[in-house]
Amino acid sequence: MFDLRRFTGHEMKISDKLMEFNWGFLLLLGVISSIGFAMLYSVADGSFSPWAMKQIVRFGIGSAIMIGVALIDLRVWMRVAYPLYAVALVLVAAVDIVGFKGMGAQRWLNLGIIQIQPSEIMKITILLALARYFHGLALDEVSRLRNLIVPALLIVVPVGLVVKQPDLGTAILLTVAGGVIFFAAGLAWRYFIIAGLAVLGAIPVIWERLHDYQRNRVFTFLDPERDPLGAGYHILQSKIALGSGGLFGKGFMAGTQAHLNFLPEKQTDFIFTMLGEELGFVGGIVLLSLYFAALMFSLNVAIQCRNQFGRLLALGVSVTLFFYVFINTAMVMGLLPVVGVPLPLVSYGGTAMLSLMFAFGLLMSCYIHRNLEIGRGGSNFW
Amino acid sequence: MQVDGRDNSRYKTFTRRAIMLGSAQAGAFALLAGRMYYLQIMKTDEYRMLAEENRINVRLLAPLRGRIVDRYGTVLASNRQNYRAVLIAEQTPDIQETLDKLSRIVSITPYDRKKIMRDIARSPRFMPVTVSEDLTWEQFAQVNINEPDLPGVQPDVGETRHYPFAGELAHVVGYVGPVADKDMAGEDGDNPLLKLPGFRIGKSGIEKTYDAPLRGTAGASHVEVNAYGRVIRELSKDPGKPGSEIVLTLDMDIQKFACERLKDESASAVVMDIHNGDIISFVSTPGFDPNDFNMGLSQDQWNALVNNPYKPLTNKAIAGLYPPGSTFKTVTAIAALEAGIDPNRTVTCTGKYAFGDHYFHCWKKDGHGSVGMHDGIKHSCDIYFYDTARRIGIDAIEKVARQFGLGETYNLEIPGEKAGVVPSRDWKRAVTGVSWQQGETLITGIGQGYLLTTPLQLAVLASRIANGGYAVKPRLTRAIGGDLLPVPEAPKMDINPEWIKIVQSGMNGVSNEAGGTAFRSRIPDVGFELAGKTGSAQVRRITMAERDSGVRKNETLEWRLRDHALFICFAPVAEPKYAMSLVIEHGGSGSGAAAPAARDIMLEVEKRNLARPQAYVPGSRGTEEG
Repeated sequence: MFDLRRFTGHEMKISDKLMEFNWGFLLLLGVISSIGFAMLYSVADGSFSPWAMKQIVRFGIGSAIMIGVALIDLRVWMRVAYPLYAVALVLVAAVDIVGFKGMGAQRWLNLGIIQIQPSEIMKITILLALARYFHGLALDEVSRLRNLIVPALLIVVPVGLVVKQPDLGTAILLTVAGGVIFFAAGLAWRYFIIAGLAVLGAIPVIWERLHDYQRNRVFTFLDPERDPLGAGYHILQSKIALGSGGLFGKGFMAGTQAHLNFLPEKQTDFIFTMLGEELGFVGGIVLLSLYFAALMFSLNVAIQCRNQFGRLLALGVSVTLFFYVFINTAMVMGLLPVVGVPLPLVSYGGTAMLSLMFAFGLLMSCYIHRNLEIGRGGSNFW
Repeated sequence: MQVDGRDNSRYKTFTRRAIMLGSAQAGAFALLAGRMYYLQIMKTDEYRMLAEENRINVRLLAPLRGRIVDRYGTVLASNRQNYRAVLIAEQTPDIQETLDKLSRIVSITPYDRKKIMRDIARSPRFMPVTVSEDLTWEQFAQVNINEPDLPGVQPDVGETRHYPFAGELAHVVGYVGPVADKDMAGEDGDNPLLKLPGFRIGKSGIEKTYDAPLRGTAGASHVEVNAYGRVIRELSKDPGKPGSEIVLTLDMDIQKFACERLKDESASAVVMDIHNGDIISFVSTPGFDPNDFNMGLSQDQWNALVNNPYKPLTNKAIAGLYPPGSTFKTVTAIAALEAGIDPNRTVTCTGKYAFGDHYFHCWKKDGHGSVGMHDGIKHSCDIYFYDTARRIGIDAIEKVARQFGLGETYNLEIPGEKAGVVPSRDWKRAVTGVSWQQGETLITGIGQGYLLTTPLQLAVLASRIANGGYAVKPRLTRAIGGDLLPVPEAPKMDINPEWIKIVQSGMNGVSNEAGGTAFRSRIPDVGFELAGKTGSAQVRRITMAERDSGVRKNETLEWRLRDHALFICFAPVAEPKYAMSLVIEHGGSGSGAAAPAARDIMLEVEKRNLARPQAYVPGSRGTEEG
């Protein structure tokens, strides 16, 4: 057995951390990603190019990032939480000024060598910043109104910037993930009731400000048959693809809806539909189960963690993963309007993969440092 | 310890709320699983069908139209390969330039070009659009050779209807043409085949009447298409059923011979088998080329057809109405015998016949002297038949005329049959409001007056005389799709066969006895002799003044005022098998114009009948040409 003391202080060696690293979880992520590789191989009609190979390489890089992030002491992450948040906020603001448009929205920032999507970075840093903030508050301090101004601003400012891009999906994700941190930190129920009523009251105002394509998505979601060849086409074809898959699917690389191009965006947002078409109900349930296992693992990390920063951070990562999976799959099943949210690890896309693996690295750092106790005032780690 | 009591309480709260969140996530996943169950298990059949509808496109394949052949299997209508050039828009960088190049090989008018551009605009860019049809082999070869210079242009072979005999059969076989709006209006209007580009349907004649069996059953090609409609592969192909072969009763060799014999006239002739009603030859000259109709007629061509005084578009054999003239004397004779007139009773012909305050004239100015029934027919003496008709009355004549098939239509397999007129007391009162005059009985007795008949009816009349009084009906079709059609019944008519024999003998006199009106047009070959009856139907009124100064010869008259020349006959006399009617519009006289032509045709019929007794067994050569 281990000497417990070794895990309570800052004397953990790299080898100890590697021992503590939960390799089973990385394997689980690998399996989920592999399903993605297989689907990307199928989309390309049985070819590793142009998608599957790149995605494999990205997962490799992502895994390295995850390990690297996980090995960094959690107190370091706590210390850099605010600075990182500040950098991310600047980048998000920069997108509004110098960013260029991709897919009809202004989301990307060209840094010369690489193009980055600052809103992805924001999704992680907002979790760090909020966890850092609530770490310093005792339970009875959390619900004090004056203590809520700072975290509220931490959410509202980036959300406002992201909405302007416009990127509704990310805005919702930031708001909900932030709200969950508030919830987990122990904010009194009354605030949630008030917030819920406020959201209801705000719907007409938001509706006024929505872009036409966003409104159309909502209309189309409410009645896909309204315009089966236009805006409703994606949802309708997605449901046809899923439904026609049946119990066991049409077979790998044999999805007619996907391969004959009836299905849109099948290598990105609608990849779950293709899985459902080719591998059926069984294939879809297997993937959802793998995600659920990952979620339960991360929830368990949060609960096991002995410092509030780690708990909130792990929970934030868990909730982010959940919302990605839920919004994407519910969308392709016609339960939610079409929102541009990828399926984590499975959809083709570089930034999403890397930022997600970074987040899992933070989760793993929480896991490795779960027995670390950190005072509310912060740590004197340096 | 850094973990104080306050931290412990927020840890408890955290754990509780984390478990709440976990439960909510589990619930959300259950919702997703339920939705998947609904879509993929409960509704899967519905969505599978929708996916198949997305994926599978059914393309109709036009069936090969059935052939039409004569009784010996000679092809009268078939499908010919049609060499075409098609253009696939997406394979052409510059459509106009490609069309310019192509127009050096085939003619593309500005009108064609407009139509091509319209077709291209209407269809997806990967769909071939017909640019030019009916290329000659040379043009087709040139398109093939120049393919590299003509990006997107492809040579293509289709099928079009072809009528090898063109004008000789236009009135029987008819023609096919593009589907018109009115064709879509009928009960057949939903048939998707009609909407197929380039599909042709029967517009006249046999092609129209038997359009359904000739058309066959459409095939279908099931192809997999992608979201843009491009064909990925063919999944299955049902070639459909080619149309049935129609075997006509015609003998094409006789038909050709008869058409050739009558080609300079506006004439018609019907040759019938007197026992089963098979129409051996069915001629209406001049004809027209049905192939022109298939591809679409120009305005000039159409005007030329419509304004031709010989009326090539009219099928004179069924739609030409002529007074039967003296050929009708056969009917009057039988009616007289039925009415109890002694065939040996004689009438003295002085050239004119006084009736009331009016004279009726014989065609022979000086008269025939004493004439019995045999000589009355043989010499076609008008006076004999005036007198006879007067004695028996119009009712008796009308009854027999109808029994022998005049004033009737036969549901022949081609549209346009006319019934003509067999006048009666009731008919006249209904039509003119005036009661029947006895003088009209007299001129009806010699086949003039109100009487109007078609050549087909006259052929039926001749057949029923020749077969001894059986009500044979004409038919044009022997078999459909390999099945021989039953021969329609020919019930025994309520006429004493003895009377018919007397008329047959009279007709024998016409042709084979010296002094008979058609003796000069007899068939001298033993065993092939025919028996006939001439007729010259007057189309103008001869005034008393003209009679006094001498009736003008037909040759001196304008064509449209000359008498119609008619002849009915049967052969061989000893054992009749064929009957025939022949009408030459404004041909002058039956004996001078009609009888010689009829003689030539009938001899050909008899000789060919001997030479080639074996009829075509339908289906023995399949439905394909070759």
